[in-house]
Amino acid sequence: MSALTVQQWTLLMVGLSFALYIGIAIWSRAGSTKDFYVAGTGVSPLANGMATAADWMSAASFISMAGIISFIGYDGSVYLMGWTGGYVLLALLLAPYLRKYGAFTVPDFVGDRYYSQAARKVAVACAIFVSFTYVAGQMRGVGIVFGRFLEVDVNVGVGIGMAIVFFYAVLGGMKGITYTQVAQYCVLIFAYMVPAIFLSIMITGTAIPQLGLGGVDVNTGTAILERLNGLHEQLGFAPYTSGTKSTLDVFFITAALMVGTAGLPHVIIRFYTVPRVRDARISVGWALLFISLLYTTAPAVAVFARTNLINSVQDVPYEQVPEWFTKWEETGLVSFTDANNDGRIQYVGPDSPMTNELTVDRDIMVLANPEIANLPGWVIGLVAAGGLAAALSTAAGLLLVISSAVSHDLLKRSYMPDISEKQELVAARVAAGVAVIIAGYFGMNPPGFVAQVVAFAFGLAASSFFPAIILGIFSKRTTREGAILGMVLGITFTAAYIVYFNFVAPEQNNADHWWFGISPEGIGTVGMLLNFAITIGVSRFTPAPPAEVQVLVEQIRVPRGAGEAHELHG
Amino acid sequence: MTEAPQPGSSGASPSAGSQDEYWSRNIRYLVILLSVWFVVSYGFGIVFAESLNAMNLPGTNYPLGFWFAQQGSVYVFVVLIFIYVWLMNRLDVEFDVDEGAES
Repeated sequence: MSALTVQQWTLLMVGLSFALYIGIAIWSRAGSTKDFYVAGTGVSPLANGMATAADWMSAASFISMAGIISFIGYDGSVYLMGWTGGYVLLALLLAPYLRKYGAFTVPDFVGDRYYSQAARKVAVACAIFVSFTYVAGQMRGVGIVFGRFLEVDVNVGVGIGMAIVFFYAVLGGMKGITYTQVAQYCVLIFAYMVPAIFLSIMITGTAIPQLGLGGVDVNTGTAILERLNGLHEQLGFAPYTSGTKSTLDVFFITAALMVGTAGLPHVIIRFYTVPRVRDARISVGWALLFISLLYTTAPAVAVFARTNLINSVQDVPYEQVPEWFTKWEETGLVSFTDANNDGRIQYVGPDSPMTNELTVDRDIMVLANPEIANLPGWVIGLVAAGGLAAALSTAAGLLLVISSAVSHDLLKRSYMPDISEKQELVAARVAAGVAVIIAGYFGMNPPGFVAQVVAFAFGLAASSFFPAIILGIFSKRTTREGAILGMVLGITFTAAYIVYFNFVAPEQNNADHWWFGISPEGIGTVGMLLNFAITIGVSRFTPAPPAEVQVLVEQIRVPRGAGEAHELHG
Repeated sequence: MTEAPQPGSSGASPSAGSQDEYWSRNIRYLVILLSVWFVVSYGFGIVFAESLNAMNLPGTNYPLGFWFAQQGSVYVFVVLIFIYVWLMNRLDVEFDVDEGAES
């Protein structure tokens, strides 16, 4: 077994997982628009929970998150709480009601509830904008994994990823995507847990990383977190378990990520695919349970990786660096400059009297972790397959939102209402195909700001969809004028703040210039509050919604009758 | 329960009075569950995190505020959703708006 090299193991793991996805795609072809958009509403809640978890956890969760936490410690909590807490909002405020309504897309609901084609088109524009920025980042992630582990060109990697997604998204629509995502969840969670368990046993002696994080080091007998705080103090970094961001900013960023999660169209539509309202409720619970497995492991991986990194490079002679160090140095993601010419690596923080000589890219921590800890080759191959599963599953979910926005919301519900079922299905496939190609183009030629824009997608979703949907369900008095104005001004305000500080005046992008010290990552929360205020205020002074809309709202508030909802307006 | 509607009320569209009662019970559950959601994450995990860090989670070496921010709040979120599902399924049956007979 040991005869296989790391690269051969990677090829084997990635090849096997891809063969599995293609097999599932052939088995689950879509036969109707209902299959294509919502998997025929026949998905079991448990399977939908797994699919949602894979849909949700992108390259950012799998590859980047633990690395970011590893470098910023407590401040990284915004991602852990922000990207899980939104599911409570989804379960309690959105999913059951949207399932009862039984639409195919998010703009579908917005357009019908606000009895307005303008509202529908605003929602389509928001959905497409949010989804495209997000998907380009996923394709880039695919390219990086291919480039590093299989040593192929990044563009070739993106091309292979595109071909796979094209195959199962275009062929199977939501049905193909759902069952592929179930498989992808299994691959990615296995790939994430195996190295984490290895590390936890090596460092703390317990096999459960979540407990290992609160445990003691097997060699020295000191608490893991206390020891890391000690190392940080010694090297001039801020303490790991306390933050450096302002409390207010942490508060607002967390809120923007939570609300944004609950407002992301590719997450919301997953709950259209189950048969009943009660299935939608429990399915959010399963989804968060599956997600939390990775999300409670990530902080442990972050601490283990941080400790291992410091121990394996700090004050080590450059001539004697481990093999992984040299390999990543070739990619430019690790770099060393010997500032004091002593031939040793000084890795120190801003509070140290010495000069830092090492920079390590945050994104490599999860990928390099198994190598840093000297884990066997098959584990490294598995991590590569897991990273690809995370990126591809999210990309497919986003592409479906884009394709259904075009074929269903723009063609069927707006410009070509007479289109037949067959033609709509063809249009959906063509739109999905075109979206894959555009996403691939952005993956090969990323605008320099893709990574930032992905993070901002949450703020944009929070300030547009979330208030419109919540008020549409919980307040019968909310009018189309209020909702449209709220969505337009909410997203415009948020986008303007983000664009100003990142692209117009990036030199002012610091706490001294931000309004009340709220960073662009957290401004979506303000945009959301603004949207709520405008929508509620304007609704008071505009004519009440028509009687049939008020009856519709009454109906979506009770579960019984969800099975028939499609025929009401199909 | 005394607030249950008359068994004769027609399935999919219960009488207006009982639907209002169903809705206000739902809202009450939401307020309670979302208060817990808020206190655990924004309260313990963010606003009071630094002061809670003065002690450890009993029996472990986690500073308490850090634990809430990176582990505890996530566990609570999962539990909250399952409690909500249980409460609502019970409420649906009580007000005869459940989907038990369908599909």
